[in-house]
Amino acid sequence: MNAGNALFIVGALLCLVGALSTVIARSPIRAAMGLLITIIGIASLFLKLSAQFLAAIQIIVYAGAVVVLFVFVIMLIGADTSAGPPKSGGSVGSRIVAGGGMAVLSGLGLLLLARFDGQPVRFGPAAVGHGDVEAVGGLLFREAIIPFELATALLIVAVIGAIAVARSKARPRPAPPESHESKRLFHGPLHPRDAQRPLSKEPAE
Amino acid sequence: MSALGYVLEHYVVLSALLFTIGAIGFLVRRNVLIQLMSIELMLNAINLLLVAYNRQHGGPMTGQLFAFFIIAVAAAEAAVGLAIILSYYRLKASVHSDEADALKH
Repeated sequence: MNAGNALFIVGALLCLVGALSTVIARSPIRAAMGLLITIIGIASLFLKLSAQFLAAIQIIVYAGAVVVLFVFVIMLIGADTSAGPPKSGGSVGSRIVAGGGMAVLSGLGLLLLARFDGQPVRFGPAAVGHGDVEAVGGLLFREAIIPFELATALLIVAVIGAIAVARSKARPRPAPPESHESKRLFHGPLHPRDAQRPLSKEPAE
Repeated sequence: MSALGYVLEHYVVLSALLFTIGAIGFLVRRNVLIQLMSIELMLNAINLLLVAYNRQHGGPMTGQLFAFFIIAVAAAEAAVGLAIILSYYRLKASVHSDEADALKH
């Protein structure tokens, strides 16, 4: 048992405890805190796997942006929106079937993994600079510049789409009442001096 | 025991457990916010697996690049998903995913 083992154990425990509390929590805000714990655990495991750049990105993007976005939305729609009893019937059967099926499948997978009798693959020593900012950034800009630019385009489109979806009204706005104002050629004078001479097709009254 | 954390299989098992927890959470919970968080859990599990395999193979850090792009896509997905949840909450005043049945009838 050395520091490396301890880092793995702490990271794995953080991941599992956080994931379980995310899935089990009744209130969404507790689930978001569980997600935060999982993310911190994953970042520490990234450090263990000598991926320092990804550990920093994980903390910045997930803990700094995604979880905060979740908390904003939970606060916006009310923290007491724990799903409560369903208003329209129950879906207990489908939930049990889906969750149980997934549990059985993954139990089988873990059983197969436990019967694995090959030689366990032990990591060799990490290359110098493996996973640090310089190496990953260099690779990113040398080999993957087009996917990188496409990712920026994706993020722009996602932000615009999120604004468009979140700002849309639930019901269409009622049509403005037909009035003299709406028949005007312009909706107002373009210049203050024109206020005296309204640009209207209608005869002045 | 002293190999804990230095063997690829430990990370594979941990990643499988995380993915399973996320998948069961997505299938069993009916709160759309928690379902979205379960999706994030699954994406994180896959990221861990990619980085672990990349650590084993050494050499070019293509696995870490993939994890980087997955993080970018997950951020976009969270933004759009939360916007959809806000819009849905305005429409239905609920975050219960069984009530999203406007296209059903």
